[in-house]
Amino acid sequence: MSWPTLYAQLAGANRHSTSLGKVWLSVLFIFRVMVLVVAAESVWGDEQSDFTCNTLQPGCENVCYDQFFPVSHIRLWCLQLVFVSTPALLVAMYVAYRNHGDKKRLLNKGQEEELDTLRKRRLPISGALWWTYACSLLFRLLFEGGFMYALYVIYDGFQMPRLVKCDQWPCPNLVDCFISRPTEKTIFTVFMATSSSICMVLNMAELAYLIAKAVTRSRNSHSKSRKERMQNKTNQKLLVSP
Amino acid sequence: MNWSGLENLLSGVNKYSTAFGRIWLSMVFVFRVLVFVVAAQRVWSDDSKDFVCNTRQPGCTNICYDHIFPISHIRLWALQLIFVTCPSLMVMAHVKYREGKDAKYVALHHGSHLYANPGKKRGGLWWTYLLSLVFKAGFDASFLYILYRIYHGYELPRLSKCSLEPCPNTVDCFISRPTEKKIFMLFMVTSSAMCIFMCLCEMIYLIGKRISKLVKVRHENERILFAEQHELTNMAPPRSQYRKNDPTLTDSQLSLNKRERVNGGTITTTL
Repeated sequence: MSWPTLYAQLAGANRHSTSLGKVWLSVLFIFRVMVLVVAAESVWGDEQSDFTCNTLQPGCENVCYDQFFPVSHIRLWCLQLVFVSTPALLVAMYVAYRNHGDKKRLLNKGQEEELDTLRKRRLPISGALWWTYACSLLFRLLFEGGFMYALYVIYDGFQMPRLVKCDQWPCPNLVDCFISRPTEKTIFTVFMATSSSICMVLNMAELAYLIAKAVTRSRNSHSKSRKERMQNKTNQKLLVSP
Repeated sequence: MNWSGLENLLSGVNKYSTAFGRIWLSMVFVFRVLVFVVAAQRVWSDDSKDFVCNTRQPGCTNICYDHIFPISHIRLWALQLIFVTCPSLMVMAHVKYREGKDAKYVALHHGSHLYANPGKKRGGLWWTYLLSLVFKAGFDASFLYILYRIYHGYELPRLSKCSLEPCPNTVDCFISRPTEKKIFMLFMVTSSAMCIFMCLCEMIYLIGKRISKLVKVRHENERILFAEQHELTNMAPPRSQYRKNDPTLTDSQLSLNKRERVNGGTITTTL
């Protein structure tokens, strides 16, 4: 169970998203998950073993490391990616629920041959699906922003210092501690922060697009007659488009 | 540890679960197994190497590590995840057994089925499903309790004092990454608690649905019984037989006092 399985789950939900949503998923998996797995893990791999303090006092290094790295960057990014991917499962669950209801209706009517097209069709983003999708976008934005802010607060910005001074017990006095590969870590931190911001911008654009679409749709329907609207709704439900 | 094998096994269970069960399964695989594999395991990877005690006595560090960590959190969580996902296999086994029985019946009775839908939760399968929920919640709760007892509450102190043989006196020992470990411990404990809560919700939903169905069926039966009894009872003869007719009334005026109803051949008169 790891990233490929998560990708498989999300790709299923992707069918019902807008084109911006599909771009978001690609950015997420190429620039963030892959970079995390391939590069960042090896950069942060020896973070504790190569964290050296200028002391022979046993325990001082452990305590200073713990003080300056309450949560490692890698773990924060992993959690961020897991949480950010979860709202898409909301949409997948709603689609599954809709398909289940429609399947029951079709079976009652006796139209078994349409079941296959039901599974492959793409639902239009309107009504309850619109609200579910918009909620999932909001949650994504919240999680992204929250984790970025947490990283910023814990590490006082996105830069990794070369030297930190520590005087926690049992260190005998103020001790110099040196972090391993600070420049490389800074580069990767900035890279991940940038791709996170790009994803946030994509999500905001998608949300704006959805709202604009809903507004134009409601404006168009005000000019149509009520009967036409009901007919359109019934047609949408009966017609199955792949 | 090959979690994808377990995941393949369990993806079949989704078909026979309720909506709650499917959400539970997604929660377990996304928030618990995925986080466990990609994040938590790395945090505990250098557990024993970076455990440092303030002594040069050989063996003291090993003994103190063993005393403080009788079983590592990671191993406990791996066991917990395996135990918690297995009861669903009970349900799958029962469905497969039903399908086997159905196939044999079809072969013997030339086409007619024993079960209209072997996956529908009726009869024995309902009880198996309920039992699997009880086991899931039970395993999760017992592992949480075991973790609580071994580590004295969900605490992971930076410093532990240890004075076992062969340590010469009371020695300070320092755990590696205590804060990060505590964060992940709280995360795993919270997600376990949420899974237990979902299991309880699902149990209440199943039992509630069954009770409401039974009540509806009983109500329906009572209604049918009452209707049948009502039709069969002989009504009292019309009051006009005991009452003197007003001789000045015409026939049509007489009939206005009665309401006649023809019901399946028998005439019942109500006033």
